Amino acid sequence: MRVQVLYFSWVREKVGLPKETIDTEAKTVADLILELCLKDERYKLAFSSLDVIRVALDQELADLSSSMEAVKEVAFFPPMTGG
Amino acid sequence: MKIVVQLEAFNPGEQLDNFRDQLKSSGALVSFSGMVRDIPGGLAKIKIEHYPGMTEKAINKICSEACLRWELEDIMVIHRFGNLKKGELIMMIATAANHRTNAFEAAEFLMDYLKSRAPFWKKEIGFEKANWVSSKDVDEKALDRWKTP
Repeated sequence: MRVQVLYFSWVREKVGLPKETIDTEAKTVADLILELCLKDERYKLAFSSLDVIRVALDQELADLSSSMEAVKEVAFFPPMTGG
Repeated sequence: MKIVVQLEAFNPGEQLDNFRDQLKSSGALVSFSGMVRDIPGGLAKIKIEHYPGMTEKAINKICSEACLRWELEDIMVIHRFGNLKKGELIMMIATAANHRTNAFEAAEFLMDYLKSRAPFWKKEIGFEKANWVSSKDVDEKALDRWKTP
């Protein structure tokens, strides 16, 4: 399965890129994070505390336990600070 | 419903006049503006990042929820991104309703949700250091007030 992964704010800075396309077999968001962390140290650094990681699947807020089935776009970011 | 996410500065008076001009029946109009605050040591600028595509959708969802909860005639949300200086307006909202309670409550609801459910991130770039603004527990707690048991 091919997904577009986007990073924002300090997650983007730690990962070192704003987006990338990856091939994954991850069933859940948590699986995907694990996969990324095994790939490179930069991801380990970005995902070192999961309680400050938020995720959106196809531009809808989701959870780390959410299913990746049929998802085309994943975004990782810290808690939002709008307003 | 007017939702605008833009790079450019806006004129709040003009925006509010335009919003008011197209209202048909409201008797109450509430507006709120958020501006760039200073930080200890001085702020050079603030950088607001957002998630193009999702931002509008997320704001739309929040506004639609407000329309379901309160009797409102209309809602306006304007939110900027990019580089802003101290004192510049970051965003404004307006709610129009028949009665003021609806307009006030809906405005507070919008602000509570825009704060922590719309994909914006602020970075304060000071003369001494730069920091991503972190979310506060109080912002998350503010949402409890609107959760129905």
